Amino acid sequence: MTTEHTQPDPQACHEFQDQLPELIGSGQPLGDHPHVQTCENCRALIRDLETIAEAARQLLQTEESEQEESSGDGLWERIDSAIKAEEGASAKGSQRE
Amino acid sequence: MPQPNAADATATSNPGESGKTATPHRNVGRTLPANLAEQEALTRAQQGDHQAFAYLYSLHKRRIYSLCLRMVNNVAEAEDLTQEAFLQLHRKIATFRGDSAFSTWLHRLAVNVVLMHLRKKGIPVTSLDEAMEPTHEDGPGKSFGAPDLSLIGSIDRLTLEKAVADLPAGYRLVFILHDVEGYEHNEIATMLECSIGNSKSQLHKARLRLRESLHSVVRLEARR
Ligand SMILES: [Zn+2]
Repeated sequence: MTTEHTQPDPQACHEFQDQLPELIGSGQPLGDHPHVQTCENCRALIRDLETIAEAARQLLQTEESEQEESSGDGLWERIDSAIKAEEGASAKGSQRE
Repeated sequence: MPQPNAADATATSNPGESGKTATPHRNVGRTLPANLAEQEALTRAQQGDHQAFAYLYSLHKRRIYSLCLRMVNNVAEAEDLTQEAFLQLHRKIATFRGDSAFSTWLHRLAVNVVLMHLRKKGIPVTSLDEAMEPTHEDGPGKSFGAPDLSLIGSIDRLTLEKAVADLPAGYRLVFILHDVEGYEHNEIATMLECSIGNSKSQLHKARLRLRESLHSVVRLEARR
């Protein structure tokens, strides 16, 4: 009934958008908010923000489902020798005591 | 050391996750056999088994490196920080008691390594609003115009990665921690030493910024 396209009232949008960080952070569904029901502008904003959050979530899922790269692992060699250097240093340290 | 076998993937739940607050998209896709292998590797690594530690590295390196890279935006620094995170892991692994999932614990450790690094470099990760608040001219504005092209279906991975990389550091950190990594505002507030309200407001501004830059990409594409 109230979801028709209307000209946004800048003041009402301003007030609604000021509350948005808290409203979104609270996890309440925003579709029921009286302003959202009458303002296509803020509906579009919320749709976009939800789309961005969903796309961000998928970054991690794509990453986890990707196969390991086949290239050699120079980073492991660095970490490995740093670990061995640390172990060597602590062994020497405990010998001295 | 047993290798995870994708063909055996039968479950996506993580037994270690049960007591954790709602961070639903962390650890998605971990298979049960991989978990068992990880548990065994973890126990052995805690007893000083070097090969087991190497196996844990192979399981987690990608996620930890990606996390570092997103947070610092620089390949060489991300490699250094990944190295530092795994070195710290090696020092502390015997103290892991299983109160949270191992991956959650390791991630927290890596986030702390990155934050420490950023603080050392003088990049403000605390008092975000005072330090990172952009001026009114370049801050994300409110949206009053008629809605133009929607972002639905038009964000690809590379475009989003690029837009995230272009965010100011304070916005980027909160966005990555919340929207990509799945941390809750209270966890972020603790990590960044800011208020929960501050974390919510930074996240909102980050998303507004991203919306602006993604819209300009969509508009450009539409003109082609
Ligand atoms: Zn409005």
